[in-house]
Amino acid sequence: MLNQLTISELNAKLTRREVSARETTQACLDQIQRVDGKIHAFLSHDDADALAQADAADKAIAAGEQKPLLGVPIAVKDVLAVKGQPLNCASKILGNFISPYDATAIEKLKAAGAIVFGRLNMDEFAMGSSTENSAFGPTKNPWDITRIPGGSSGGSAAAVAADECIASLGSDTGGSIRQPAALCGCVGLKPTYGRISRYGLVAFASSLDQIGPFTKDVRDAATLLGVMSGVDPRDSTSVPQPVPDYTRALTGDIRGMKLGLPKEYMIGGLDAEVKTSVDEAVKKFQALGAEIVEISLPHTDYAVATYYIIATAEASANLARFDGIRYGARVEGADPIELYAKTRGAGFGSEVKRRIILGTYVLSSGYHDAYYLHAQKVRTLIRNDFLKAFEKVDAIVTPTTPTAAFKIGEKSDDPLQMYLSDIFTISCNLAGICGVSVPCGFTKNPKLPVGLQLLGQPFGEESLLKLAHAYEQATPWHKEKTVI
Amino acid sequence: MATGEIDVKYVAHLARLALTPDEEKKLSAQLGSILGYIEKLRELDVANVEPTAHAVPLVNVTRADEIRPSLPHDEALRNAPKKSGGLFVVPKIVE
Repeated sequence: MLNQLTISELNAKLTRREVSARETTQACLDQIQRVDGKIHAFLSHDDADALAQADAADKAIAAGEQKPLLGVPIAVKDVLAVKGQPLNCASKILGNFISPYDATAIEKLKAAGAIVFGRLNMDEFAMGSSTENSAFGPTKNPWDITRIPGGSSGGSAAAVAADECIASLGSDTGGSIRQPAALCGCVGLKPTYGRISRYGLVAFASSLDQIGPFTKDVRDAATLLGVMSGVDPRDSTSVPQPVPDYTRALTGDIRGMKLGLPKEYMIGGLDAEVKTSVDEAVKKFQALGAEIVEISLPHTDYAVATYYIIATAEASANLARFDGIRYGARVEGADPIELYAKTRGAGFGSEVKRRIILGTYVLSSGYHDAYYLHAQKVRTLIRNDFLKAFEKVDAIVTPTTPTAAFKIGEKSDDPLQMYLSDIFTISCNLAGICGVSVPCGFTKNPKLPVGLQLLGQPFGEESLLKLAHAYEQATPWHKEKTVI
Repeated sequence: MATGEIDVKYVAHLARLALTPDEEKKLSAQLGSILGYIEKLRELDVANVEPTAHAVPLVNVTRADEIRPSLPHDEALRNAPKKSGGLFVVPKIVE
């Protein structure tokens, strides 16, 4: 089945002319037709446009062109601008918005030959951990459709896990790539802050957001990272750091590399089966020649609280632009203030409102220093914990999530419990480092994927991917497929 | 750090967000418990710690101030909820 291939497998078959881009794209569209009624990973997909891109790719291949993603169908989270396609952030407030330009990451995918198609479901404005906060209905986990796929990039993870595309893009502000990747059993990479330009990514929390790939194996994540990375004059937070060929780091040889095991991550709420899978993974790393070092990240317990101050504060400012004036849906009012308030009251969902209120409060007069500035200082302590740990180790290994996928509706009435499900992923964004989740096993009954998180130094993606790849190639987990 | 009791009505006004009485009530309770959780940050002494606004060591990033192609006028107005004569239409602001 062509839609099940990885980028590197497909690339080889296309180059040898064994298959065409059109056949592959059609196989993805057929799979969407077959399973997406159950999963709801896609908000929309323009089949004619996808097939036209595929035909163009086939012509280029026939003409002998070689590009890293030529003819590869890649689907996109509904938070990234793709010229001429809808952009809703899974919210009602954007109305019938059509993107007037391509995000830089999208421009780079297209330049590398990719077929960019489809809008993938998410928590509204990337705020959530389950994709239940979409204004267009939840996405279901392809391993068990009574369960959540994780979030906020739940559609991106589910689409890759269900082979509805070859790879996808998401965004990660507090774990929104790694957590759904873990819960759906695929590879999800959050690059270092500043690695990939965010021009054309709708901003949630500007000091935390990063774009990253969902893939079926680590090699594909390395390929997509290489294509999308680099400095961009349109994003002043993108860092002028050279972009290596990340696939060259995938040697399989990790002998002598040092992996840190933070003692603070073995918390009470950690599920026994998740713990067993992670313990086994650590043993596998040892067997592959890596050295395991116990480390301490003493401020771990403060990360979730710090995050919910900083992220909501930044969100309250970023989401001020959705005011019904220049784009999106509008509810009329007697004066501009009334128009703004009515438009936003009708257009935003409950989680977005909750975060705007919290963020506005922590920035408001009299509370700014007590909450926002205080949180920024704790952020320094959290970042310093990691920088100190990286003096001793090449990467840090943890579970990606405390449990496997939970039931739809299980946490939706208790925002704090939902926030705590991000406990292992949030620190990475606060510290600005890179992280990846790779499959590391399954729970028994029901059978649900478990994810292993590796955290790396700022711009340490080569070491991170080298470790993830060596582990993946020594284990069978990434080859398991859902039955749907 | 201040103790957690949010005047939701006032903050919603600051945020230009119309809430129903039901939403106000629910948010007040939920934000109370979230703020209660956030209070744990008070345990830390940060008197001598510098704040981190973002995690990259870049400052004052600028580019050359040159005229470059930008979004065509009609493209920029394409998604406007209300427009007229090449402009966004808004409610009357000054009498």
